[in-house]
Amino acid sequence: MAGQVAVGSRSGLRSALPLLLPAYLWLTVAIFLPLSAMVFFSFMTDLPLSGKAWSFTLDNYMTFFSQGLYPTLLLASLRLGLEVTLWCVVIGYPAAYVLAKVLKGRSREAIFLLVILPFWSNGLVRIFSWAMVLREGGILDTALNAALPFEINIDLMYSYPAVIIGLVHSYVPYMVLTCYLTLQAIDDSLIEAGRSLGASRLQMLKRVIVPLAMPGLVAGAALIFVPVVGSFMEPRILGGRTGTFYGTIIEDQFVAVFNWPLGAALSFILLAVVLVMLALASPVLKRAA
Amino acid sequence: MAGVQVSNVSRSFGAHKALDDVSIDFADGGFYALLGPSGSGKTTLLRQIAGFDFPDSGRIAIGGESVERVPVEKRRIGMVFQNYALFPNMSVADNVAFGLSVRGEAKAVIAAEVQRALDLVQLGKLGSRRPHQLSGGQRQRVALARAIVTKPRVLLLDEPLGALDKALRVDMQIELKRIQREIGITTIFVTHDQEEALTMSDRIGILRDGRLVQEGPPEEIYDSPKSEFAATFLGDANILRGDTTGTGIRLPDGTAIAAGAGATLAAGAKASCAVRPERIRIATNAGSADQTNGNMLRGQVSKRIFAGNNSTYFVERDGQTLKVIVQNTGIERLAEGQDVMLSWSPESTVLIAAN
Repeated sequence: MAGQVAVGSRSGLRSALPLLLPAYLWLTVAIFLPLSAMVFFSFMTDLPLSGKAWSFTLDNYMTFFSQGLYPTLLLASLRLGLEVTLWCVVIGYPAAYVLAKVLKGRSREAIFLLVILPFWSNGLVRIFSWAMVLREGGILDTALNAALPFEINIDLMYSYPAVIIGLVHSYVPYMVLTCYLTLQAIDDSLIEAGRSLGASRLQMLKRVIVPLAMPGLVAGAALIFVPVVGSFMEPRILGGRTGTFYGTIIEDQFVAVFNWPLGAALSFILLAVVLVMLALASPVLKRAA
Repeated sequence: MAGVQVSNVSRSFGAHKALDDVSIDFADGGFYALLGPSGSGKTTLLRQIAGFDFPDSGRIAIGGESVERVPVEKRRIGMVFQNYALFPNMSVADNVAFGLSVRGEAKAVIAAEVQRALDLVQLGKLGSRRPHQLSGGQRQRVALARAIVTKPRVLLLDEPLGALDKALRVDMQIELKRIQREIGITTIFVTHDQEEALTMSDRIGILRDGRLVQEGPPEEIYDSPKSEFAATFLGDANILRGDTTGTGIRLPDGTAIAAGAGATLAAGAKASCAVRPERIRIATNAGSADQTNGNMLRGQVSKRIFAGNNSTYFVERDGQTLKVIVQNTGIERLAEGQDVMLSWSPESTVLIAAN
C-alpha cells in the first residue's frame, strides 16, 4: 500500500516537471543569476571591467553606516513608503468598497476601467503629465485661478507633496484591486445578518467588513510599500532638488557615479531592512488577517 | 413579542409585481409558514417584514406599531438566513454575542445571555469554536441562537433548513419547533417544501405570483383547498373538471361526481373537484367496491410504484391519469393493465370554482 502511494506521488511530480520547468528556468536566468552577480559586485572594490585591479571588501556595506546621509535617506524613504501606503488605503479602500458592494453591472465596469487605466499608461508619460498639472502656471494653477474670485499661487512642482501625489497615483490601483477582491468575496447576507442584529453601518464596517477584508488590505500595502521605498523616477522628476531619496541615490551609483558595488550594497541593505520589517509585522498582520 | 399585520402590501421591481396587494395577520406567538414555488414572492414578503426592503404601498405593523418605513436595524427582529450567514472572523460565542454587544450591553450580561442561548440550542460547549469547524446542523443552531439572543419581537426564517440533508432536516424541524414553543416567539418561516410547512406550522399562507392564494391552518388548507393550485401545491390531489351541478360536477362523459365540501356554486358554471389520492379506494370490480362510497369511476392501472409502506397506482380513465395511494395491508396487489373500480365518498371531494 505504502509503496503504491509513494510511486503515485513520484509519478505526479514527474508529470508536473515539464509544467514547472519553464517558470523555474526563467526565474533562474532572469532573476537569480543577475541578482547573484549583484551580490558578488557588492563585495568588490571596483568593477572587473577594462582590466582594473579589484579585490573583495566589506567597505561598500561599511559606507552605509559610516556616512550619516545613507541611513537618513533610508529613513526618509521608509517614511515616504508609509505615507504613500496610507494615502493609498485612504483613497483606494473606499473606492474598492463602492466597486464591490454598491455599484452593479455597467457602472461597475466603467469605474473599474478608470481605476485600472494608470496601469496601462507609460510610467514616464504619467509622471510628466503630473508635472504639467502641478507646476506654476500649469493646469491646476490655471484652473483654480479661473474658478476662484481671488488670486492664488499654486506651485507644487519640485516638492514633497508632488512626489506623494505622483506615487499615490501610480500605486493606488494595487490597493483598489486587492481590496476589491476580498470585499467582493464577502457574502451580502453577512451584512444583512449584521443589520438584522441592530448593528449600524459603522459597526458593521469595524467589526465584520474590515476584518474580513484585511488580507486584501495587507497584500495591497505590501505590494505598494516595498517598491515605493526604492522608487526613484517619481522623486527625481516631480521632487527635483527635494526629491533625493534612497532610491535616487542608488540610481545615481549605477547611472551617474558608476560605483556599481556601492549601489549594489545599498540595494541589498534596503532589501534586508524591508524583509526584517515584513517579518516583524507578519505576526500582527497574520492575526489581523 | 408581538404579532405582525401585513395589510395591502404591494412591491414591484420594474414591471415585475413581486407582491400584489398581500394581507396576512400573523398572531402573537404563532408559527407561520409562507409557502410557494420560487418566484412566488414569499422571500420578498419576508424581506418587507424584516425591513431590508420597503413596500411601494400598504402597511406593515409589528406589535401594533407601523414599521413599513423603519429600516431593519431598528425593527428588533431576529433573522435566520438560508446560508446561515455566520461571521467567519468570530467564534461561535462572539457570533451569538454580536447583537447584544453592538447594543452596548455589559460584558457579564452578554456572557450569561450567550451561554443561555447556546444551551437552548444544545451547543453549550462549542462557544469557542469557529463557524468553519461546525457541521451544517450546528451552524444552523448557532444562527438560531444568534437571532433569538437579542429577544426580538419576531423571528424570521428564510428557508433555514434548505441546505441540510433529509435526516438532519427532520431533526432540526423538531428542534426548531421545540425552541419556538419554549420562548413563545412569533415565527414566520419561508419554505418551498410543503411537507415542512405541514408538519411545523400552526398556519400556512400559500403564495403564487405575488398574491396570497389561501391562508389558514394546515388541516384546513389540506382538507378544503380553495383553488386547484392550493390543492396541488400543498399535497397531492386528483383534479376532475366539468360543469357544476350545485352539489358536485358532471364530467364530460356524463358521470356525476358528488362533492360534500368546498365552494357553493351556481349550477352550470365550469368547476372542478379535488380528491386526495389516499382517500380513494381501489377494487378489481364493481361488486367488491365499497357501495357506501358515492363516487365511482372505472379505469385501468397503468403503473404501480411500490414504496414499502404504501403503493401508488396510476389509473387511466377517459384520457386522464388519477393517482391512488393504498396502504400496504398485504391484501390488494394489483397488476399493471388491470381494470379497476375507484370509489370515494362525497365528503372527501372538494368543489372548486374554475380559475
